[in-house]
Amino acid sequence: MAEIGVRNLQKRFGEFVAVRESSFTIHGGEFFVMLGPSGCGKTTTLRMIAGLELPTSGQILIDGDDVTPLRASRRDVAFMFQLFALYPHMNVHDNIAFPLKCRGVPRRERRRRVEETAALLRIDHFLHRRVSGLAGGDRQRVALGRAIVRRPKAFLMDEPLGALDAEFRELMCGELRTLHERLHATTLYVTHDQLEAMSMADRIIVMNHGVIEQVGAPREIYDRPRTMFVADFIGSPPMSFLRFEGAVQAGQSSIAIGGAAVAVPALRESRPHGPLALGVRPERVRFSDASALRGAVFGTEYLGTTQIVTVETDHGQLRARVPSRERVVPGENVGIECAPERLVVFDTQSGHALDSDLYRGGVHG
Amino acid sequence: MNGAAMGKSSAHSVAEPSAGARRLAGAIVVAYALVTMIPLVWILLTGFKTPPDSISYPPKVVFEPSLEGYVNLFTNRSRQTPEYMASLPPPETWYDRLVRSRNMVITGPSRFADRYVNSVIIGFGSTFLAVFLGTLTAYAFSRFRVPLQDDLLFFILSTRMMPPIAVAIPIFLMFRELGLSDTHLGMILLYTAVNMSLSVWLLKGFMDEIPREYEEAAMVDGYTRLQAFFKVVLPQATTGIAATAIFCLIFAWNEYAFALLLTSGEAQTAPPFIPIIIGEGGLDWPAVAAGTTLFLLPVFVFTVVLRSHLLRGITFGAVRK
Repeated sequence: MAEIGVRNLQKRFGEFVAVRESSFTIHGGEFFVMLGPSGCGKTTTLRMIAGLELPTSGQILIDGDDVTPLRASRRDVAFMFQLFALYPHMNVHDNIAFPLKCRGVPRRERRRRVEETAALLRIDHFLHRRVSGLAGGDRQRVALGRAIVRRPKAFLMDEPLGALDAEFRELMCGELRTLHERLHATTLYVTHDQLEAMSMADRIIVMNHGVIEQVGAPREIYDRPRTMFVADFIGSPPMSFLRFEGAVQAGQSSIAIGGAAVAVPALRESRPHGPLALGVRPERVRFSDASALRGAVFGTEYLGTTQIVTVETDHGQLRARVPSRERVVPGENVGIECAPERLVVFDTQSGHALDSDLYRGGVHG
Repeated sequence: MNGAAMGKSSAHSVAEPSAGARRLAGAIVVAYALVTMIPLVWILLTGFKTPPDSISYPPKVVFEPSLEGYVNLFTNRSRQTPEYMASLPPPETWYDRLVRSRNMVITGPSRFADRYVNSVIIGFGSTFLAVFLGTLTAYAFSRFRVPLQDDLLFFILSTRMMPPIAVAIPIFLMFRELGLSDTHLGMILLYTAVNMSLSVWLLKGFMDEIPREYEEAAMVDGYTRLQAFFKVVLPQATTGIAATAIFCLIFAWNEYAFALLLTSGEAQTAPPFIPIIIGEGGLDWPAVAAGTTLFLLPVFVFTVVLRSHLLRGITFGAVRK
């Protein structure tokens, strides 16, 4: 149950900066997910924490000790690879026992702990099979067994579910979370899949182009995105942006988009006249003939109980999640009403959200 | 993983040849194999002929087998007068009897066994060294950022861009200066040097195919890189190592020109020795054939033992794991 600290971590490969001046702390026992598109630096950060990659500058602390110069084997962490990296020349038992063997644990003790781990993961019935014959989910469990058998200070997982079929992935998501509830070991989990991140994480760190965009609980990341990137990356469909020009004053709780007044959480920042955007989650939109903000229905996507309606407005496309029973005809002119408490105003030049009551815990629920 | 599986299944459904085409291909392969076997079979048969049978014309396919070739291969003999032959006590062994039937007596063992042992020492010694050094070199090229990596690899390959014998004279002079002429060490070093380019290039292909994750997992689990190399990488490279070893051994075992030039007494290998086994009135063909047969055996056995690896070795790079 170690705490992992990352201080001003930076990694360059020649000219390319993979990770730029990152700092964050993973609390002991936390399930911490690093989320971002491929190439955003999340795997590189993970590998630096594991000791498989040397940082260009910065520090890595495990339980307060600076481990930056230590090699991987002396950091006492376990690493799970996307392709599992089970040793094909060993059977399941030997694979799980391998980390213990590396550390010189006596044979009898090894056997006891492998059996204990196998029982925990419910793979004790095929300990003597070869790993090459196993199905994806079972390989995954063996890899997990190899990680947990020696009770390391932390688990580092690099897209461990990426190679699995969709149905296995969902199952393993649940198992990983259940296992975490039992072991309470510090876990750092890398993925590009927001569903995995949302369903498992205690906290999420969103990265893009080697920069940390936001750190927070899944709910916070979803409801209070700090940047347009986070707002656009999280959610399916993601947040819509209505772009407009204007100036805003601190304390203002209504903005004007093309003549229509839209109520927003009270702003705490001012901006001179410039390009802004209003961020709207699809489920916060209702159609109302009374609204002055209007657009033409572009198309609908039927999803069973709800449907996603794309509306073409003068300020860009907006997507709304509305009940399926509402009849919407393409081409129809509709009025758009947004529930005010979760709206975000972005400065499109910096991509950052303007500070408002939304971010001060002023709005709950 | 998914991509590989899909590739495999589509290859089966689309590129599967018809039964007729397969039978035709089989027939062609068998016919070709038979044609290439003719010289080998002829050598095998000649080894069991008597010297007169071996040079008779038209060539004899059906003949009375004799071990004279093998006896002649392993012995030195001298012709004696009938009076002397009559004065000898009766022969003690079957080979004594065989030799005396030709009015000769055995004067001692020939040097074939020594040459054969030299071949084994030099062939296997240089193979081991080339594969061992090649494995380490290939691993380094595959895993580390080596400065001038591409140039170095090209340089290593360039040693094979001319026939090795083109540098025979410089090597001859060099070996004489260094006292390596006609020594086992000299020949082992020479064959190792020639084989290194093959060994490094072949093994680098295999090393590249072994995912880095295996060593990385082992290093996180508590091994140093060197331990991870021996415990995790090497067991998975056995296929490549076996294939490379076969190719290296075949070269070192069969090499003729350098052996002829650089060895004469102590370290002479079998290839320059076998073709000049002289009998009465010229070459002793059954003995030459017998020597060739015995000479073929080790490589044959080595190849059969490692056969399954060899196939993967030849198609390396073309087949995904």
